[in-house]
Amino acid sequence: MPENLLTLAGVHTHIGRYHILQGVDFAVPRGELTMLLGRNGAGKTTTLRTILGLWRASAGSIRFESADIARRETPEIANLGIAYVPESMGIFAGLTVQENLVLAARRGPPAKERLERIFRFFPPIEKFWQLQAGLLSGGQKQMLAISRAIVEPRKLILIDEPTKGLAPAIINNLIEAFAELKKTDTTILMVEQNFHAAKSLGDSVAVMDAGRIVHAGRMAELATDAALQTRLLGLSLEAHQ
Amino acid sequence: MNLGVRQRADWIPLALTAAVALAALALIGNPSTWVTLTVAGLAMGLLIFIMSSGLTLVFGLMDVMNFAHGLFIAIGAYVAASTIKVFSAAAGADSFLANLGAVLPAMLAAVVVAGLLGLFFERVIIRPVYGQHLKQILITTGGMIVAEQLIHVFWGPDLLPLPRPSTLRGSFLIGDMAIEKYRLIAVVIGLAVFAGMLLLLNRTKIGLLIRAGVENKEMVEAMGYRIRRLFVGVFVAGSALAGLGGALWGMYQESVTVHIGASMMVLIFIVIIIGGLGSVGGCFAGAVLVGLVANYVGYLSPKIALGSNILLMVLILLWRPQGLYPVSRQ
Repeated sequence: MPENLLTLAGVHTHIGRYHILQGVDFAVPRGELTMLLGRNGAGKTTTLRTILGLWRASAGSIRFESADIARRETPEIANLGIAYVPESMGIFAGLTVQENLVLAARRGPPAKERLERIFRFFPPIEKFWQLQAGLLSGGQKQMLAISRAIVEPRKLILIDEPTKGLAPAIINNLIEAFAELKKTDTTILMVEQNFHAAKSLGDSVAVMDAGRIVHAGRMAELATDAALQTRLLGLSLEAHQ
Repeated sequence: MNLGVRQRADWIPLALTAAVALAALALIGNPSTWVTLTVAGLAMGLLIFIMSSGLTLVFGLMDVMNFAHGLFIAIGAYVAASTIKVFSAAAGADSFLANLGAVLPAMLAAVVVAGLLGLFFERVIIRPVYGQHLKQILITTGGMIVAEQLIHVFWGPDLLPLPRPSTLRGSFLIGDMAIEKYRLIAVVIGLAVFAGMLLLLNRTKIGLLIRAGVENKEMVEAMGYRIRRLFVGVFVAGSALAGLGGALWGMYQESVTVHIGASMMVLIFIVIIIGGLGSVGGCFAGAVLVGLVANYVGYLSPKIALGSNILLMVLILLWRPQGLYPVSRQ
């Protein structure tokens, strides 16, 4: 079992008067892809945003490597080597594809081999290099958002529902790209509603409900246990496929 | 054409400006009068652009409503008036170079003092009210009132002369057309500032960050950039530009009163609203349009001149509710 890169312990988050995260405990093993699953409103997006400091944890600790990052500012957390792909994709629509990637490369111009890998994963990024990002299709925007996250070596990538609203062909393309990315030992924490994608990509899994982790373990166990899926997620993998 | 925050060419607002100018030519009839009014309109528009470009970026980047922006205009004008007084011998000489020896220090002093005041203002007045629009309006309006009284204390309540150096007076005569020298200089300076801003926004990483921050500041922070530092820089630069604009405007009028900034704020708000909040290109197009319309209508129908820019704003917002060059924001 690999060591944990990220560990959340008793994390609470309030947004206004709403108590969203109510004591979240789970860990993300280094070099693995961890799936964060759960029904709508369970607190998955809030968890990702709290890790990155976009919403401040009101209690608990978030350890990244040896540092507690729960009270740190977002830019400081990001500079530890954490990239974020939000559900909205967060691309800069008025900037070109190239400018989006230049901004994401914090250490200087994007490295040639990194760009070549991005172009291999996502050919439209090379094709539309000088195009205004706002003119890309939904799937291409998602490719750009993920490309920004991998344009430099990162220790951890937080990805929120990358397949949401995309056509099946694009989803398969993304799954292949993530499978390739996994081979580079990049640690990923991914929120995903598409259980087929989650099952095929995830090494480990944490399931949330009502602001808490209700199950954590290996994805292979969850994928083969229909009763557990039904209890935790309200679905069975067979029925979903 | 890239107007600072958009890559896709959108020539329609510029074509509209050209159409307004051509329609004015038809209504005015006399080409020499039209040229004089057009240069005056461009000069006014570009001076308004210099004063308002910083404010539109401040709003775009941090959603800050700064109703005290006129303070930096006023302080720029007052500092320029005081500096010109120090260099009165150079300002009164008949040599253009000697005049520059008075004007350049005056402009530089206006820029530096307004920028430093902007730094102080951001720290003390703006920073405690980030994200709270009502408090921003109240505290910046209050700050403006206090600052105007402080100007009274330092410079007195009377009108302060800001004379144009002798070689910047008068007009170039081309046939029967008279083009005022100072207006032409204002046009050149305004275009230079616009070109500089376009270069900064489109050719530098800081410019990329500003454009990205106007669209989605949260994502810029999530990439590891400290948007607040960027905002302070933009606020100070915007204040300095307002100071420069105030100095130029004061010299245009050859006098300064404490209300010089506040009196420009209505036009500045019209310009940044019709341009599209956060859009430098829109601010430029809006300022030129406002300057031209004010001068054409002032000549053709002085009675409705005061309301002409309000009417222009209403018409443009009916056509493009987000302004001439809207910024896509998340």
